[in-house]
Amino acid sequence: MIQIATVSNDPIHKQPDAAPAGAAKITAQGVNVYYGDKQALKDISIDVPAHQVTALIGPSGCGKSTFLRCINRMNDVIDGCCMEGEIRLDGEDIYARGIDVVHLRARVGMVFQKPNPFPKSIYDNVAYGPKIHGLAASRAEMDEIVLHSLEKAGLIDEVRDRLDAPGTGLSGGQQQRLCIARAIAVEPEVILMDEPCSALDPIATARIEELIDELKQNYTIVMVTHSMQQAARVSQKTAFFHMGELVEQGTTEDIFTRPADDRTKAYITGRIG
Amino acid sequence: MSKAERIKAGLAHRYRAERHFRLYGIGAILLALGFLGVMLTVVIGRGVGVLQQSYIQLTLTVTAEAAETGDWQGLIKTSLREQFPEARKRKDKKQLYGFVSSGAGYALRRQVEQNPDLIGQRRAYWLPVSDDVDMLLKDAIDRSLPESDRRITDQELAWIDTLIESGALELRFNKGFFTSGDSREPELAGILGAAVGSALSLLVCLMLAFPLGVMTAVHLEEFAPKNRWTDLIEVNINNLAAVPSIVFGLLGLAVFLNVFGLPRSAPLVGGMVLALMTLPTIIIASRAALKSVPPSIRQAAMALGASPVQVVLHHILPSAMPGMLTGTIIGMAQALGETAPLLMIGMVAFIVDVPQGILEQATALPVQIFLWADAPERAFGERTAAAILVLLVFLVLMNLTAVILRKRFEQRW
Repeated sequence: MIQIATVSNDPIHKQPDAAPAGAAKITAQGVNVYYGDKQALKDISIDVPAHQVTALIGPSGCGKSTFLRCINRMNDVIDGCCMEGEIRLDGEDIYARGIDVVHLRARVGMVFQKPNPFPKSIYDNVAYGPKIHGLAASRAEMDEIVLHSLEKAGLIDEVRDRLDAPGTGLSGGQQQRLCIARAIAVEPEVILMDEPCSALDPIATARIEELIDELKQNYTIVMVTHSMQQAARVSQKTAFFHMGELVEQGTTEDIFTRPADDRTKAYITGRIG
Repeated sequence: MSKAERIKAGLAHRYRAERHFRLYGIGAILLALGFLGVMLTVVIGRGVGVLQQSYIQLTLTVTAEAAETGDWQGLIKTSLREQFPEARKRKDKKQLYGFVSSGAGYALRRQVEQNPDLIGQRRAYWLPVSDDVDMLLKDAIDRSLPESDRRITDQELAWIDTLIESGALELRFNKGFFTSGDSREPELAGILGAAVGSALSLLVCLMLAFPLGVMTAVHLEEFAPKNRWTDLIEVNINNLAAVPSIVFGLLGLAVFLNVFGLPRSAPLVGGMVLALMTLPTIIIASRAALKSVPPSIRQAAMALGASPVQVVLHHILPSAMPGMLTGTIIGMAQALGETAPLLMIGMVAFIVDVPQGILEQATALPVQIFLWADAPERAFGERTAAAILVLLVFLVLMNLTAVILRKRFEQRW
C-alpha cells in the first residue's frame, strides 16, 4: 500500500532552477522556421522571463505552436521542418551541436492541447518520466515522486484510491491535470503548454488556470492560448503572433490595455483571428 | 411545394433505399453462411466415418514359435481358415485372407508385446479389417450392384454377413487415425504425421517470420528516413505479398536445399519457405498497426524525454501489438493451408513415420490431403475429408489463440 503520509515538501523536491523571477530564462534570437518551402516563423526574437507565465496569442496558423515546439525541439522529428536562429536556455544554445535532445526535454516539459495520457494506470503515467530518467532509487522514492506530482497538479484527492485505474478513464479535465502531473514529475525547469484548456469545459479550465498560477512559483511556463481572457488572467507576459511574425510583446497588462500595433489592437478587440 | 414538403416527399424513397441496402447486406451474409454450411456439412458428413473403423474378431493361439519367427500374418490366416473351412480353393483362400488388413499382423504383435502372457493362450483378438470390408460395413459399397461392379464378391458378402451375425465384425473407435502416420493401406493411414509436420513447420515459420516482420515494420515505420530507397523497399514488400506461393517453393529448392544443403522434406525448410511467404503479410499488417497508434502517445513520450527506442518499446509496440498479432495469425493461417511451396521442397514425399524433430522428413496437412485425394482407394476419400476437418480444427485453434492473445494485450494497458 502506498503511504500517503510520506508526501511533503522536503528538500528533494526543491526546485533546482534558482534563477530569480523575471530574469530571462529562455532567449530566442532571429528564429526562422520553414516547413518545406513555407516559412512558418519569421525572425522571432523574444525573452521568456523565469518564474512567470508567458502567453503566446494570435490567430490560428500564426506560428505560436511552432515556436513553442522549437523550445523543446519537438519539431526535429517533423519531415522537412528546418529551423534557423538560436534559442538559449539559461544562456546555452539548445540547437548547438552536442546538445542532447533527451536531456533537453527532461529540462523542458510539455503539456499538449488534447490530454494524452498513456494507456496505462494513473500511477504508471506519472512514474514513466522519472523511471526512464532514473530519478527514483527505490519504489518508496517513486511513490513519493508520483504522489507529490499528483498533489502539485491538484489531482491527488480525486485519484488517491485508484492509482491503479487506467489514466484514460479519467474525465477530460482530470486527464489534463494528470498530464501536468506527468510533466512535473520529471522536475523540469520550463513547462510548455499548447492550448492546455481548449478541450476542456469552463470549470476544468478554471482549475487548470489556478494550477498554472501556482506552478509558476517553481517553473517557468510558456503557454499558447486562443483565449485572450485566459492570457489576461494567468500570464504576466504576452506575445502576439500574426502570420508567422512576432508583432508585439510586453507585459500582459500593456498588451491588453495599451497595444502599440494596430494588428494587436484588432486581434484583442476581436476584429481579426 | 414548400421545402419541408419536398424533403418529406423524398423521405419514403430514402427509407426504401436504406431498407433495400440492408436487405442486400443480410442476403450476402446468409448466402455466405449457406455456402459455409454446405461445405461443412459435406466435409463432416464424409469425414466423420473415420472416427470408426471395422475390426474382426479372430480366435487364435499365439505360439512361442510364431512369436519368435514373426509369422503373425500366418497365425491370422490359420485362424481365418479354421473359421471358414469351406474355403479350400486357392482363389477362395485369397479372398478370405483379403478380409484382414495387411497391418493386422502388426496389431496382433503390438497386443502380444504389451502383454507377453498371451503367448500360448487361445483367445479372441480384435484386428483391423481391409478397407473394402470397412467400406462395406460403413454402407459405402452398394450391395445391389452386379457382382462384377463391386469390389466385394458374392462369396465374400456371404462370409461377411456370417461374421456380422456372429458379432465377430464390428465398428469400433478408430484410435489409429489420430496416432499414426501415413500408410499405403487406408485402414492404417493416420493423420498424426502430417499434423506434427505442419505444427513443426509453422513453429519454424513463426519463429522466423514474426520477429523479422515486426523488426522490419518497426524500422521502416519508426526509424527509416522517407526517401527513394525506402519507397522502393515498400513497393517490393507489397509486391512480394502477391507473388504466387510456388515461386517461394522454387526459391527454397534453389537456395535452401541446393545452396545451403539443408535436408529435403524437412519441416525446417518448409518453415523457412513459409516464413518467406508470410513475411510480407506480417510486415504490411504490422506497419498498419504501427501507423494507427495515435501520434499523441508518441509526442507525450517524446516530450517527457523518452529516447526513440524507448518511445517504440514502451508505447508504440504495446499499442500496436494486437494489430501485429492479428496480421501474424492471418499469415500463419495462410501458411497452414499452403501446399504448393511444400511440394517444391519435397514435403510431398510418402512418409510413414511421425517426425520427431525439424530436421526429419515430414509432410504437412494440406499436402496429406492432396496425397489422399489422389489415392484410388475408396476409403481414402473418407480420410481426405477427415484430414480437411483436422486442418479446419487447427485453423480454429490458431484463431482462438490469436483472439485470446489479443485480449490479453489489450487489457494489459
